[in-house]
Amino acid sequence: MKVMVLGKATERSEAGEFGTAEEFAAMDLFNEQLVEAGVVLAGDGLQPTSKGKRVAFDADGNTTVIDGPFAETKELVAGYAIWEVASMDEAVEWVKRSPLRDSEVELRKILDAEDFDDSFGAEIAAAEQQLRTEPAANQ
Amino acid sequence: MTSATQQAIDAVWRIESARLIAGLARIVSDVGLAEDLAQDALVAALEQWPESGVPDNPGAWLMAVARRRGVDTIRRAVTLQSKVELLGRELSDHETPMDEIEFDPHVEDDVLRLMFTACHPVLSVEARVALTLKMVAGLSTEEIARAFLVKTTTMAARITRAKKALTEANVPFEVPVGEELADRLSSVLEAVYLVFNEGYTATAGEQWARAELCQEAMRLGRMLAALAAGESETHALVALMEIQASRLRARTGPDGEIVTLDKQDRARWDRLLITHGLATLDRAEEIGGTGSYAIQAKIAACHARAPRAEDTDWVRIASLYGDLVALTRSPIVELNRAVAVSMADGPAAGLAVTDGLLDVAALRNYHLLPSVRGDLLAKLGRSMEARAEFERAAELTSNEAERAHLLARASGS
Repeated sequence: MKVMVLGKATERSEAGEFGTAEEFAAMDLFNEQLVEAGVVLAGDGLQPTSKGKRVAFDADGNTTVIDGPFAETKELVAGYAIWEVASMDEAVEWVKRSPLRDSEVELRKILDAEDFDDSFGAEIAAAEQQLRTEPAANQ
Repeated sequence: MTSATQQAIDAVWRIESARLIAGLARIVSDVGLAEDLAQDALVAALEQWPESGVPDNPGAWLMAVARRRGVDTIRRAVTLQSKVELLGRELSDHETPMDEIEFDPHVEDDVLRLMFTACHPVLSVEARVALTLKMVAGLSTEEIARAFLVKTTTMAARITRAKKALTEANVPFEVPVGEELADRLSSVLEAVYLVFNEGYTATAGEQWARAELCQEAMRLGRMLAALAAGESETHALVALMEIQASRLRARTGPDGEIVTLDKQDRARWDRLLITHGLATLDRAEEIGGTGSYAIQAKIAACHARAPRAEDTDWVRIASLYGDLVALTRSPIVELNRAVAVSMADGPAAGLAVTDGLLDVAALRNYHLLPSVRGDLLAKLGRSMEARAEFERAAELTSNEAERAHLLARASGS
C-alpha cells in the first residue's frame, strides 16, 4: 500500500531555513536507507507558506485566492513523500528512524481499491459511466 | 500478546531482517546459519517485547541477541573455533547500543551479497525465489507458501533444502566481480521478475495474496537498483515492473475477467508508478539500456505514454520487438513482433511475419500462433482460412474459457 508522509512545518521551515549541514547530512543518510530498502516512490520539500497560495470556494463555487503565509504553523506541511510499504506499522517504524527533532510527521494511507466497498465502487462506476456518455449525447 | 505489539514486531522485522541476516552472514560466512540466528532473535523479540516494549533501536537489539546466540551455537561446534574468536571480538567491540547497525555503510553491501547468495545459480529458480522472499523480503514461510499456492510444509522443505545446498556448494558470501557478475546478476533479476509475474498473472479468487507479490518484487527490484546502481538492467527491470503494475487496477473487469490493453480505462492507470517507472527507465538508458529488460521496459513505456489506445506508437513497438528478437532469438517474441507489425503496417504485413514461424518446432503446438493468424486472416476478410486457424487454436489450448472464446470466433468467421 502507498502512504503519504507529511512533514509538518516548524518556525524554522516557515522562516525558510534549511537546517544545518549536520541535519542535512543526517536526513540524506535516512533518505538513502529508504531508497535502499525500496520504499520511496516520490518526495520533495516545499517552500514556506509565505510563497504559497490558497484557493477558497464558497457554497456557490465562487473562488477567493488567499496569499500566504498561513497561521497554525504546526498544521502546515513543509515536505512530503510517498512510500510503498506493507502496512501502516511499517511506515511508523520507518518514521521513527528519521533524524527529525522538534517536529511532527503525519502518515496517511493513500486510498486504493480495498478502501471502497462494492456498493460505493458500483456508484463510482455508474457516475463515471454517466460522465463518459453525457458529452457524446450532447453532441 | 497485544496485536499492536505483534504488528510493530512484524514491521520491525520487515525493515530489519535483510540487514540483520546479511550482517550475520558476513560474520558466520553461512547464510543458512545466519538466517537461523536471525529467526532466534525474532523469537526472543516476540517473547520479550510485549513485556518490555519495543526497544528504541530494535535493529541493534535483534543483532545483539542474534550474535549472542551465534557465539553459543558456534561454541558447541568445536571445529569453528576461529569463528568464535571473531564473533567474540565483534561482540565486545559493540557492547554499547549500536547505532552502527543503521549507519554502517558495509551493511548495505552485505544486503547485496545476501541477494546474490540467495539467487546463486546452484539453486533452481523456485529455490532462489523462496530464499529471496524469506531472507531479503522478510516474509514468513507461511506467507510465501500462500502466495505460491503450496502447503507451508512444502515451502519449508524447499527453503531448508536451498539453505543446505548453499552450504554444501560452499557458496561464498560475496558480490561477484568481472565476467561472473553479468551471469550472476541475471540470475537475481530472473528470480525477482518471476516473483512479479506470479503476482501479475494471478487469476481471480487468489488475487489478493498474489497481488502482494508484485509489490514485493518491485521492492526487491528497487533495493537491487539502489545497491547495484551501476547496472543498467537492474533499473530496467524496475521500470518494466512498475509500468506493468501501473495497469493492475485497470486490467480486471467487475467479474474478474482480464481487460486487454486496448480496452482498459487509462484513467485508472497508476500515474505515480508510471512516472517513477519512466524516470527509472531514463536512468537505465543513461548507463546502457540495450538489455532484454530495457527493451521490454521501452515497449511497456510506449503503451504508458499513449493517452488513448489509438495513439500507441506501433512503429516504434514493432522496431523494439525487432531488437528483442535479435537479442533473444525467441520465436514467441517474433510472434509478438508480428502483432506489432500488423498494428503498424496492417494485417497483411503481420501475417507475412507469422508465415516465417510456421516451420518452427517450438511453436508447433502453441495455440497463440494459429490464434494470431486467425485474427489477422479475419481482418483481411479471408474467413475460411481464419476459421481453420481458430479451430486449430481451440484444439491446442488447455484453458476452457479460451477454448470457448476461440470456438466462438471460429463460428463467427
